Amino acid sequence: MQARSIEGNKITMGKNLASRTGFIVVVLLFFIYGIFGIPHGGLKQSLENRINLGLDLKGGTHLVLQVHVAEAVNSDTDRDVQALNTALAATGATATKLDPTHPEVITISGGTPTQQSAIHDILTGNEYAGYDVASSGNGGYTMTLKLSEIRAIEARALDTSIDTIRERVNTLGVSEPVIEKYGLGDNEILVQLPGVSDPGRVENIIQSTAKLEIHAVVGSYGSVAEATQANPGGIPSEDELLKGSNGAGGPDQYYLLKRLAIVSGTDFRDAQPSTDENGRPDITFNLTTEAGDRFYKYTDANKGTGQMAIVLDNQVREVAGIESAIRDSGRITGGFTQDQAADLSLMLRTGSLPASISYLETRTVGPTLGAASIHQGVVASIAGLVVVLIFMLVYYKGAGVNADLALMLNLLILLGFMGFSGATLTLPGIAGVILTIGMGVDSNVLIFERIREELRLGKTAAAAVQDGFAHAWTTIFDTHVTTVVSAAILFLFGTGPVKGFAVTLTIGLIANVFTAVFVSRTIFDYLLTKKARGTAELSI
Amino acid sequence: MELFRSVNIDWLGKKWYFLGFSLIFSVAGIFSMLFWHGIPTGVDFKGGTAITVQFDSTPHEDDIRKALDAAHIKDWTIQRISDVGGGQLGNKEIISLPMSTAQDTAHDEGRSEVENALSAGYHDSGFTVQQVDIVGPTAGKQLTHEAELATLYSLLGMLIYLWFRFELIYGVAAVVAVFHDTLITIGFFSLMNMEITLTVVAAILTLVGYSMNDTIVVFDRIRENLALNRRDKLADLVNRSINQTLSRTVIASGLTFMTVLCLYVFGGEVLHGFSFALVVGITIGTYSSIAVAAPMLVAYQDWRAKRAPAGKRVALPAARGVRR
Repeated sequence: MQARSIEGNKITMGKNLASRTGFIVVVLLFFIYGIFGIPHGGLKQSLENRINLGLDLKGGTHLVLQVHVAEAVNSDTDRDVQALNTALAATGATATKLDPTHPEVITISGGTPTQQSAIHDILTGNEYAGYDVASSGNGGYTMTLKLSEIRAIEARALDTSIDTIRERVNTLGVSEPVIEKYGLGDNEILVQLPGVSDPGRVENIIQSTAKLEIHAVVGSYGSVAEATQANPGGIPSEDELLKGSNGAGGPDQYYLLKRLAIVSGTDFRDAQPSTDENGRPDITFNLTTEAGDRFYKYTDANKGTGQMAIVLDNQVREVAGIESAIRDSGRITGGFTQDQAADLSLMLRTGSLPASISYLETRTVGPTLGAASIHQGVVASIAGLVVVLIFMLVYYKGAGVNADLALMLNLLILLGFMGFSGATLTLPGIAGVILTIGMGVDSNVLIFERIREELRLGKTAAAAVQDGFAHAWTTIFDTHVTTVVSAAILFLFGTGPVKGFAVTLTIGLIANVFTAVFVSRTIFDYLLTKKARGTAELSI
Repeated sequence: MELFRSVNIDWLGKKWYFLGFSLIFSVAGIFSMLFWHGIPTGVDFKGGTAITVQFDSTPHEDDIRKALDAAHIKDWTIQRISDVGGGQLGNKEIISLPMSTAQDTAHDEGRSEVENALSAGYHDSGFTVQQVDIVGPTAGKQLTHEAELATLYSLLGMLIYLWFRFELIYGVAAVVAVFHDTLITIGFFSLMNMEITLTVVAAILTLVGYSMNDTIVVFDRIRENLALNRRDKLADLVNRSINQTLSRTVIASGLTFMTVLCLYVFGGEVLHGFSFALVVGITIGTYSSIAVAAPMLVAYQDWRAKRAPAGKRVALPAARGVRR
């Protein structure tokens, strides 16, 4: 139905040749502008500024990460369990999480019957509005986090992860990184880093939770056996035994530390890589005001006698004597390399991830391969184009010029669109361009063959052009719709480079309807009006 | 210049040859998928680590093997890439490790192991790692699922569109033809043991669109001829429609084939699988419009005629939306 109405327009458009030509020129200029913009410097430079290249063409790293959002739910309910236990202390009831596979369920038990209403009031208080509370008999209750609440926590964890990763990536100095939600599975993040070809370091930076703490040192031992010997009653519950890092290849060292940290992750306000007096890389940090006060109190009380351990991801990096009271800034020296110092201070600055992440996909393309792909893609496109252009000229003579002009304009529109929209050109995208050349000329072939048929029936050139276009139109419409449908589905389901392919193919085909039908028809009409009606002959 | 002017070929008379030809390729492909090479998928779907290493001079595979073994890396495979571009870019090997190296934790280990092994044990020439693809088990499963859904939806979308524009039977015939093309193309990959990657899937989906194109051109002519002339025998009418569009079919497909061939020859190794799928698919897709889709329409009408009460004429639905 739609086809018929469009066709109706086409029949009346036999006239007003001038306005149609004007329209085509405007479109042409518009898309040339899309490709090059207003050229500053060379054309090549302008082209490079306008057309976005995909990672597979310019080189870089593509990562897909999954955030284990269940951990965020778990730590949220952990916090609530702690708060509940404080609030419930007077009632004799306790809150626990029994089933580790269901972190959203909190079980309340042990309340005395007389305290029932007090317990109930606490559980249904405002702070716990996110839970469904159900009595489980015997004065016990089950609190289940509402699904909407779980979803909200998960969404927040995902957003926070994206922000944290973005901050970490930004300090790497990568130009135009992409960090966004990724649609294929649950809680996935896409990270694209153009020009980065060492995925190992990137993964470390992104993934590390960087839990940094400062603990008081109780004792130090050469081995675990030595530590147990020194503590015949077992390691005291308020202490913990941690391994020291022997980065320089020195002997193993174990430290007995107070379990409760003096300063921990969120207390760090800033951290910068620096060098010590011997030029070795280290890290200078600043604490928040509140943590600074705490730190001052502790160091003041223990100066001259105590020892502190700097613990990173549960490993003792450094042990230092407390020489004087320290308020809010200090230094960590621990035999770092320059990169390690930079990475670690970055992680301290950006805070830790709300949940751990794992890697689903890593793809890296080196810059030389990208450059080679561009070169090969361009050669293949030009070769394909030349073959088609020459064939059309030989086979359809005068009308071949018509088709060739339409084809060139088709490519111009396609590239211009990419310039305007900021769509990314990938290697499969270049393949899409080549395919557009081949399939685009199909419309011209359909129309020309039809015009030849009409001429064979004895129609005049003008009538043959008129009917040829009219008859071929339905077919062109149907074929384009089906191809666009398959390209659209590719776009919906495809990822990365494949998406780029779907985009170029779709735009190429839509532009093709304009060039092969509208532009080509205008050229025919122009040729026909130059000759006397009825006597005109077509070179086809 | 004009080829195929007023051809008069009895295509439907050859339908048994076509059926035989299609059956041989489909069955060979299915046989290979089931009992021989299976469907050879790369790391994109299977999961694992694939590392493309560019050597400064022609690599000696024996030395690479020794270097990998010396580092106690297990289950590696190496594959030489022949790049038509030649020159320095030709000296490439893909070193693949199985899925166990690409677990969701410890993702990058396989890559660093291989790099270290080569630095330590391969002394024939320098090398650079050009491309690394690490796909974990979760992502591999997702991609497989996604590829299946995309193919299915794409076929379904076309069926609905053709149902709407023509009649159900046209849609069914076209989808069967396209399915036939997809099957044979995947069969070719299986027979030649070529890896099906993500871009190959993209190529196959493009093929779905392309083959449909070709079929629609023929169907469109059948529809037009049916509206003009309802008295001819359907087989003659279909033959005439195929012959009328033959010139366009051969030239348009030929030109697309030529551009895809350029892509295959000059497009570099990254797109080899992609362009190969299209080279095979365009050939089969063109063939199937004539040899599968059109005869199905005739077979359908013959079947309806047999079921109809004696003396009653049964005509193929002329389809909606016909002009004139």
